[in-house]
Amino acid sequence: MKQDIPGTIMFDGDQAQKGLALNRMCFSFNSADNRAAFLKDEDAYCSRYGLNEEQRAAVKSRDVLRMIEAGGNVYYLAKLAGIFGLNVQDIGAQQTNMTVNEFKAKLVAAGGEHG
Amino acid sequence: MAKIIGGVATTHVPSIGQAIAENKQKDPYWQPFFRGFDFVHDWLARERPDAAVVFYNDHGLNFFLDKLPTFAVGAAEAYRNEDEGWGIPVSRSIAGDPALSWHLINALVADEFDITMCQDMLIDHAVTIPMALMWPGQNWQGIKIVPISINTVQHPLPSMARCFKLGRSIGRAIETYEQDLRVMIVGTGGLSHQLDGKRAGFINKEFDQLCLDKITNEPEILTKYSVHELVAEAGAQGVEFLNWMAMRGALPGRVSQVHRNYHIPISNTAAATIVLENHPEPRLKAA
Repeated sequence: MKQDIPGTIMFDGDQAQKGLALNRMCFSFNSADNRAAFLKDEDAYCSRYGLNEEQRAAVKSRDVLRMIEAGGNVYYLAKLAGIFGLNVQDIGAQQTNMTVNEFKAKLVAAGGEHG
Repeated sequence: MAKIIGGVATTHVPSIGQAIAENKQKDPYWQPFFRGFDFVHDWLARERPDAAVVFYNDHGLNFFLDKLPTFAVGAAEAYRNEDEGWGIPVSRSIAGDPALSWHLINALVADEFDITMCQDMLIDHAVTIPMALMWPGQNWQGIKIVPISINTVQHPLPSMARCFKLGRSIGRAIETYEQDLRVMIVGTGGLSHQLDGKRAGFINKEFDQLCLDKITNEPEILTKYSVHELVAEAGAQGVEFLNWMAMRGALPGRVSQVHRNYHIPISNTAAATIVLENHPEPRLKAA
């Protein structure tokens, strides 16, 4: 799959293979018990799901762009972000190096005068 | 015989669920979106659908990336929602219609769509939010659904043309269903948005307007877009428009757009709602 759209990593077979362990861990966060277990001992939880070094470091850094580089899919990463009380606007701001208010203003501006 | 009354397509942004739970429909931020449903409520009251075929994409509640069907058709007595991990309230169950599901499944496979059949299927916010928008208070006791999940998550995705054809096959199947049901078609998600990467926050009003204009009577123009072009034009998650294409495909008659609401932004998304009516083509007499 051509990865030639600026600022975009298409979640294709290469990314899906790379990210399987990380995304599987995030999938487990559908359960409140699992979310609590992650918060209690993050390292142990990452080990249980077999995250590689790159993925563990990305999770530890809370840096969404690094998690995507490591094969994370945003629908699954959103479940991880939710544990920290972050929504898609918070992670949008983080990825674009803006404050949340700047990011929200950019979205409003996309609507133009007649929104 | 079953009759297809029309289709509704709408955005399914999770925070809409939060706004409903917190009764924010009239807040200045939310009102421009929610007011788009006044028409839908009147239309549903007038048209009285018995069943809805719902094209949507699962976001990691029922399916994981380990086994991910391109097209999956629900055939359950009832569909439950569960905790999706990000704090939106869990919805009440929605009734299924297994007889209709199996009729559609049989017709699809006969039509060479090799779908996955699901007698158990959790439905996520991509079904429950549009349903809660159409039936406030989750008062959806009067309707039964057939959820059809389309992979919009892990590439390769099915093409616009393929999703449109899937819809056409569903439309033909409904028209041969012997029960007197009034059936509506629902497509959820979109319009343009991107949650991930340095292009997060991407919105393309011009392309959205093109989609909203062409979907009614020139959907073939939209089927020419490749998935790659769709990602470029609509954003990485704007590909959810595939669900809209399937919905449109399932309207076999003369189609008119009787309602449109478009608002930027709801969360990171260009939010849209349309209602399409399906009018049966006059039958031609056999020569």
